[in-house]
Amino acid sequence: MRIIGLLIVIAFGSLLRYGVFFFPEWGDPASPPSLHVSPHYIEEAIAETAVPNLVTAVLADYRGYDTMFETTVIFAAGLACFMLLRVLQRQVPECRLYRHIPTGITLRIEKGGKLPTESGSFERIDSNWVPHDLIIKSTSRFITPFLQIFALYVIAHGHHSPGGGFQGGVILGAAVIMYAISYDLRRSIQRIGEQATAVLGSAGVLIYAGTGALCMVLGAAFLDYGALAGLLGVDPVMARSHGMLIVEIGVGIAVSAVMVWIYYNLSSAGRHDEGL
Amino acid sequence: MQWQIEILLYIILIVAALSALGIRNLLAAVVILNIFSFMSASIMVSMGAIDVAFTEAVVGAGAVGVFNILAILRTSRKSLD
Repeated sequence: MRIIGLLIVIAFGSLLRYGVFFFPEWGDPASPPSLHVSPHYIEEAIAETAVPNLVTAVLADYRGYDTMFETTVIFAAGLACFMLLRVLQRQVPECRLYRHIPTGITLRIEKGGKLPTESGSFERIDSNWVPHDLIIKSTSRFITPFLQIFALYVIAHGHHSPGGGFQGGVILGAAVIMYAISYDLRRSIQRIGEQATAVLGSAGVLIYAGTGALCMVLGAAFLDYGALAGLLGVDPVMARSHGMLIVEIGVGIAVSAVMVWIYYNLSSAGRHDEGL
Repeated sequence: MQWQIEILLYIILIVAALSALGIRNLLAAVVILNIFSFMSASIMVSMGAIDVAFTEAVVGAGAVGVFNILAILRTSRKSLD
């Protein structure tokens, strides 16, 4: 079986390698995209959209339709994880572990036992994963604000430097995930609940599609941000730049919320109770 | 100088890909896969595609690693074949 698999992999690998010979050379000036599409972007993008970063201009404006459905795909991934993994009926676990904070003693309370109150000197801990490290907790506490500010910078500055909604959104989600790993899942869910992640994820997609629909209402084509000039109070070229910013913010919100949502469902196997 | 560095990056990329396939410990495979992602991000930087490299570094070497580790935590740590 292994040999058959290896033969199939080698056959298809060499087929792919053979197909690569028909591609244009890397950076070939005579290849079809380099003849009319790329020169237009390179020469006209700054005049048409006032965005110095060509990649963002192509991603969010010229190919905005594509990016909208990429965001939708990410939201659908979060929804698929929710549908597959989430366990909705509440099950009481076999036993719960608590730590008495002043002494560090761990208590094991069987099903039906009297549980201590969360406030005060008892802290609930997970049965398979017990993060109890002062250095990790303090470091994550120290890093999180910087990480979040950097994520907001990446989202907002995506026009002028590498970055944008996807990258910034993942960093913003990673900040929450780092908090959940270094403390515990329940504390993270108290801060950003499951409903908040679901609502924010769909709100991000709605911001993107809504911006496009608003352009249609104002009489232009879908996602033609030039039509927002009257609303934003700027000229049509600057309006395309601002439209991209609005869209990138939508992408950032959707991606960060979906990252956290997938993390919650994966780490606790859908129970949202004990997890990494 | 640049092409020597690129050749080195490609060598690390291929070695990482092969050892991620071959290794039995799945946690080690995830770490090696992150090295693979980071190397491909570096190659994209050397090609001048900074935006793509940024995405690859953030998603491939960061987020996917976390999700893979979570999946291993919920299943088994050893590969069966």
